[in-house]
Amino acid sequence: MPTYPPTHSIQPETLTMKKLTLSLILLATAVVAQAQITITDAWVRGTVPMQQASGAFMQLSADKDTRLVAAKSPVANVVEIHEMLMDNNIMKMRQIPGLDIVPGRVLELKPGGYHVMLIELKQQLKGGDVVPITLVFEDTATKKQFTQEVQAPVTALGAGNMPMKR
Amino acid sequence: MTFTNRNRVQVLAGTALALLVALAGGCSRSDEPVVGQFKGLDITGVPYGKDFKLTDHNNQERTLADFKGKVVMLYFGFVQCPDVCPTALTRAVETKQLLGADGERLQVIFVTVDPERDTAPILKAYMDAFDPSFLALSTDAQHTRETADSFKAYYKKVPTGSSYTMDHSALSYLFDPSGNLRVAMRHEQTAKDYAHDIALLLKTP
Repeated sequence: MPTYPPTHSIQPETLTMKKLTLSLILLATAVVAQAQITITDAWVRGTVPMQQASGAFMQLSADKDTRLVAAKSPVANVVEIHEMLMDNNIMKMRQIPGLDIVPGRVLELKPGGYHVMLIELKQQLKGGDVVPITLVFEDTATKKQFTQEVQAPVTALGAGNMPMKR
Repeated sequence: MTFTNRNRVQVLAGTALALLVALAGGCSRSDEPVVGQFKGLDITGVPYGKDFKLTDHNNQERTLADFKGKVVMLYFGFVQCPDVCPTALTRAVETKQLLGADGERLQVIFVTVDPERDTAPILKAYMDAFDPSFLALSTDAQHTRETADSFKAYYKKVPTGSSYTMDHSALSYLFDPSGNLRVAMRHEQTAKDYAHDIALLLKTP
């Protein structure tokens, strides 16, 4: 009566095992895989000689809940994340501990809002220079930190309030 | 319409009429601009912001009288500011361009609230980066405070990590060509708004 070869009764089971194994691998990968960060329109405001500070601006997005917690750059001794706010026509600038990036939303670092503050500059930043900035992110779920570097071109001081058109 | 509602309409109409009369009264003084004419805050006649005595980035002493015949746009700021000050100066460049030939009759003045770090060579280089006609003025710490106070302008040194920043008023003050303080422009306003009010002031005798 059994017309099916024995393999037929075994194969579905093997497939299930394979699927399960594959799923486990995928799941494990998903857990350890860090968020994909997309950084666009990065730029740094140029400086004059002896000027000690400037700001970097960019747009950030991520495919997982992530937090920008720090930044580093070879052009500055100190790099901080800052917030600019207007309070009754008074400009205030403050260091903030970090900025959350929510999937599907672009986090804008732009004049009048947030910026990466470059302090104790080691050199003048001239139009056309490129400033490497290493951004430190933290996966909101796992608290695991990872870095991503961005090459931010310098918009010469006085040449506008936006990334230089290339 | 109920009686109460009709009453309300009458009250509203009366208020509107009273407002019109008040506005017309304002118009009758030909030497003053009409209320609401400026895009910025009309501060004509305020008892503060009468004059200043500061040193420019070429080491020349400056008072308001040096700029007679021009509209002076005065801003308190500092060079190590990564955001608001360069944005204000970028807007000043745009404003001057929008004014066309009249732009020659605009004097942009940047008063530093951070004389400790903003030395004359830095200030000169900073102004030159935007427009060589812009003047940066400075003085010692005490007179900086007195000058800001005389304009009711606020600033405060605030530590940030290893350095410090300056909280400061982000208003731009406009003087008419006779040297009278007339308008306070807000930071949120556009170059077009600034050019509008400056063009109006340039028409005043």
